[in-house]
Amino acid sequence: MLSSHAFGDPGKMKDYHYAGPVEQRFSPYAFNGGTVLAVAGEDFAIVASDTRLSEGYSIHSRDSPKCYKLTDTTVIGCSGFHGDCLTLTKIIDARLKMYKHSNNKMMTSGAIAAMLSTILYGRRFFPYYVYNIIGGLDEEGKGAVYSFDPVGSYQRDTYKAGGSASAMLQPLLDNQIGFKNMEGVQHVPLTQDKAVQLVKDVFISAAERDVYTGDALRVCVITKEGIKEQTVPLRKD
Amino acid sequence: MALEDVCGFEETLLHRKWFPASYLEDSATSYRTTDSYNSGLRQEKSVGNNGTPLHFLMPALPYSTTFNRRRSFPVPPANHSVTVRRPFPLSHGTTTLGFIFQGGVIAAADTRASAGGLVACPAVHKITPIHSHLVVTSSGSGADCMLWERILAREIRLYQLRHRRRLSIRGAAKLLSFMLHPFKGTEVCVALTLCGWDKEAGNTDCVQRSEDSFSQDATAIAHSASPHRGPKLIYVCSDGARLQGDVFSVGSGSPYAYGVLDRELRWTLSKDEAVSLAREAVFRATHRDAYSGNNVDLFLITAKGWSQRKREDLKEEYYRDMERRAKRVEERKRLTEIDASR
Repeated sequence: MLSSHAFGDPGKMKDYHYAGPVEQRFSPYAFNGGTVLAVAGEDFAIVASDTRLSEGYSIHSRDSPKCYKLTDTTVIGCSGFHGDCLTLTKIIDARLKMYKHSNNKMMTSGAIAAMLSTILYGRRFFPYYVYNIIGGLDEEGKGAVYSFDPVGSYQRDTYKAGGSASAMLQPLLDNQIGFKNMEGVQHVPLTQDKAVQLVKDVFISAAERDVYTGDALRVCVITKEGIKEQTVPLRKD
Repeated sequence: MALEDVCGFEETLLHRKWFPASYLEDSATSYRTTDSYNSGLRQEKSVGNNGTPLHFLMPALPYSTTFNRRRSFPVPPANHSVTVRRPFPLSHGTTTLGFIFQGGVIAAADTRASAGGLVACPAVHKITPIHSHLVVTSSGSGADCMLWERILAREIRLYQLRHRRRLSIRGAAKLLSFMLHPFKGTEVCVALTLCGWDKEAGNTDCVQRSEDSFSQDATAIAHSASPHRGPKLIYVCSDGARLQGDVFSVGSGSPYAYGVLDRELRWTLSKDEAVSLAREAVFRATHRDAYSGNNVDLFLITAKGWSQRKREDLKEEYYRDMERRAKRVEERKRLTEIDASR
């Protein structure tokens, strides 16, 4: 996309001062903002994302959720460059269908994660500018979260935040879900209701401090009964 | 994946149907324009399918010739002078180490993955077992290491299936080095240390030659009867280096680790001493290096295979160290007071 201003770091504006002659090159990437979050519980998983699609100073859409349902037990959250998010989810859907038709069963969350890793690394020299987080249930029915970097390095976590507000949310999750950096606190296992409430609170905080996060929050709760979605309004400014 | 290759499955029509890289290839040819704003994709016409880790898509660049060769490994274009600028940092920065002693090979690493100034993940596994007697410590770019370890494991397994014997550690290192060679000069950044134990003798005529030049040094004699059996430590990196040695430390924290290791490292260490030395080296490196930290992973490889020590949080070790220092300061103060009062 031809951007009207050059981006230095993702999501940060370049300072408007004259720095000498600069060669303007076409950049195939754009940063469309958005935050994604996933939490794994004992028998559930939650994938949540905001629904704002922005570019530079503009908001393209207030209703563009970043969670995509892959199977009955897996949801993927993709944030970063929206064009690459769309293409990547299309490719994943196609590969899921191929697997289903040739192996006569749905791909498990772990298998989807491994496949996504190779898809992303196939573009090592021209990466998909997407931060992915997969949330779902593993073969035993326990919650699983797999977080990726844009070139395919991944690992299984209990909770992970990705996207523009990830650096703000991750420490909060470390503290509240991982009980890190606290002394003398009882480690209570996370219930589904408490997890959903925590996710909502965390996004409200993110919308306060990150300009690219806001408008609405889409929460997908994955249990063995299926996937339930709910939408919660956030700040629109 | 490995079994498909052995059975020659990739050559059949069914395989092309199951993994139709063709849908991407057709669109790639239509994107192939020659104006300077070319941002389409050019696909390698290689044998590998779109699912395996060896199939790479290259951005179509000006000045590069059409690349239409059939190879088993994809090769990036020679004059890769113009690259697409990435808007995000990748994970880098680490401390890993490995050394050989009389009880086997120790491999230790920290667990922090940093991307720019952010800790992308505080609990990464930098030491990966490949098979029962080979463990690989990785440093460099996280995604590159993960995928290249996967490729190495696949190729070692293929060798085992085809030749009915396990590839030696030196052979595995050579294989990895040759696989990485086409990517020399590109952004691939991989520095792996293969730590393993060779159970069988390798090439027999090599054994003859090296027995002649055997030095009478005590450590050389202690290094097992045949130089091709026993503990091995080999460093392979994407720049093309392939080095066999007794101690290696890789990463941004390696100078600090070397400092600690060089003091105490001897062939005659006991298992507990070696473990505590490795732990101490990683701990001191994580203390001084900003890009290393969090926990320490420790693996011990012996003739029986690899075993892993429980991952240890270095935060507790740091507090214990602070307490020890405080006690020493107290002790010193007490002694000087006693001296002064005399």
